[in-house]
Amino acid sequence: MRATWTVFRRELAAYFATPLAYIFIVIFLALAGALTFFVGGFFERGQADLQPFFTFHPWLYLFLIPAISMRLWAEERKTGTIELFLTLPISMASAVLGKYLAAWIFTGIALALTFPLWITVSLLGSPDHGIILAGYIGSWLMAGSYLAIGAAISALTKNQVIAFVVTCAVCFLFTVAGSPIVLNVLTGWAPQLLLETIASFSFISHFQAISRGVIDLRDIIFFGSLIAFSLFANAAAVELKKAN
Amino acid sequence: MDEMIVVDGLTKRFGPRAAVDHVSFKVKRGEVLGFLGPNGAGKSTTMKMITGFLAPSSGRVAVCGFDLEDAPLEAKKRIGYLPEGAPAYPDMTPAGFLDFIARIRGFDGAERQKRVIDAAAKTQLGDVFHQPIETLSKGFKRRVGLAQALLHDPDVLILDEPTDGLDPNQKHEVRALIRGMAANKAIVISTHILEEVEAVCTRAMIIAQGRIVADGTPLELEQRSRHHNAITVVLDSDGLTDVKLAAICATFEGLDFVSGVEVGAPNELGRPITIFSRGRLPMGPEIGQRVDQLGWPVAELRVERGRLDDVFRDITKPASKQAA
Repeated sequence: MRATWTVFRRELAAYFATPLAYIFIVIFLALAGALTFFVGGFFERGQADLQPFFTFHPWLYLFLIPAISMRLWAEERKTGTIELFLTLPISMASAVLGKYLAAWIFTGIALALTFPLWITVSLLGSPDHGIILAGYIGSWLMAGSYLAIGAAISALTKNQVIAFVVTCAVCFLFTVAGSPIVLNVLTGWAPQLLLETIASFSFISHFQAISRGVIDLRDIIFFGSLIAFSLFANAAAVELKKAN
Repeated sequence: MDEMIVVDGLTKRFGPRAAVDHVSFKVKRGEVLGFLGPNGAGKSTTMKMITGFLAPSSGRVAVCGFDLEDAPLEAKKRIGYLPEGAPAYPDMTPAGFLDFIARIRGFDGAERQKRVIDAAAKTQLGDVFHQPIETLSKGFKRRVGLAQALLHDPDVLILDEPTDGLDPNQKHEVRALIRGMAANKAIVISTHILEEVEAVCTRAMIIAQGRIVADGTPLELEQRSRHHNAITVVLDSDGLTDVKLAAICATFEGLDFVSGVEVGAPNELGRPITIFSRGRLPMGPEIGQRVDQLGWPVAELRVERGRLDDVFRDITKPASKQAA
């Protein structure tokens, strides 16, 4: 526990030691705002909610989250610090969890800084605050899922660019799993069960359910188990690849 | 608990190639063991297995009685490790980095600060304590790595090329530091600087192709050199013709306790010839007497102790050449 906390502290501080954190936050806020107002038609809709804001989150995360996750392990392997890190008296679980939580809290900070939108919508009308809170929770869970996938992929390579590109591709598949892009390829020859299974992996449908204010345990379990599975894969990948 | 490191049948295979092949040894408290060997001999891989970074393909390692497989955290707590190349987080300062290590090592409050300051003082990091590690010179980076390894005053120190990249003064300081700590620790260092072995090690081990090919004190290893008890005579080169030189060499070669004579390149003192002893036995008086009888001025006469690099080359060169 203590080791996890120490790793977490160092990792979180590392984001703010370089311009990475500030650039990420600024770009995240700028894009989130632009999409909400210009593409999402925040004002034109005339509704006091944050649907236009949350709708774009999967697409925003799709390429911003890999930029965070790509360095998690690939950088340690590139600089050789992984040898130092993994010979310290900490368990693999602490190492994986400490790094992951730091990245997740960091995205949480970026997400929390969109609070002026919540204030804006509250001033303009009387939104359902429960739904907005649910949207934030869902968004953060989804970000955590993208991150966990990215962390596992980052452990497989020394090259951050490869980690970024592969994570983007894998996350894209998870994002659009339930959409015609993927399902049309399979319809006609794949069994219905496979089709439904793949569709059920769609981040968008799970996220939309939560962001409409329906906090269904199944959606929470979906993201939770995906994170847990990815972190297991992460630990296994580190163990497998650390020597190369 | 006298045997601090116990390595038993340690093997690491990368595909079909065995990087480390059934290596067994023990290191006691107070010993400084020097790993010698050509590049790729398996020195670093062995160290990576002792410190628990790599899992062995077979064999076991125990540090202070804790098996690296069964109780890795207990073993790792007792090890200070400087990995090859002294990696450290580039955007941290030595201060921040050492603080992180101290926290991970379980130190709190005033004790943590004291440990960090002590480690920085021992390795003389003062001037760069608050500069990002990526801006430091190679020598300072190495010292940050050393500070990190020493911080918790471990019973076992594993240092992979601790003086690589240091200037002669820094090398001297690091060696003095290692010697100073040697009495109550078990230390393993790897190096390919042979003089370092003589300077700090109580025991040297030569590794080639993943196997231990020699193990002994530096003196014992030197005795295996053909230079051991050889005598070098530096002849005054004024008027020394090739014919005369050949005649002098022949005088020594004719002695039954001499196995051979080698003529060296002329230097500012004169022309050195090295007389090798059959069976590496002392032959000082006998040769001294013959030199007096030569009637040729001699600039220098010295008995060789033996050369580690000789032994190193003899032992580690490929088998085909050894047979020849």
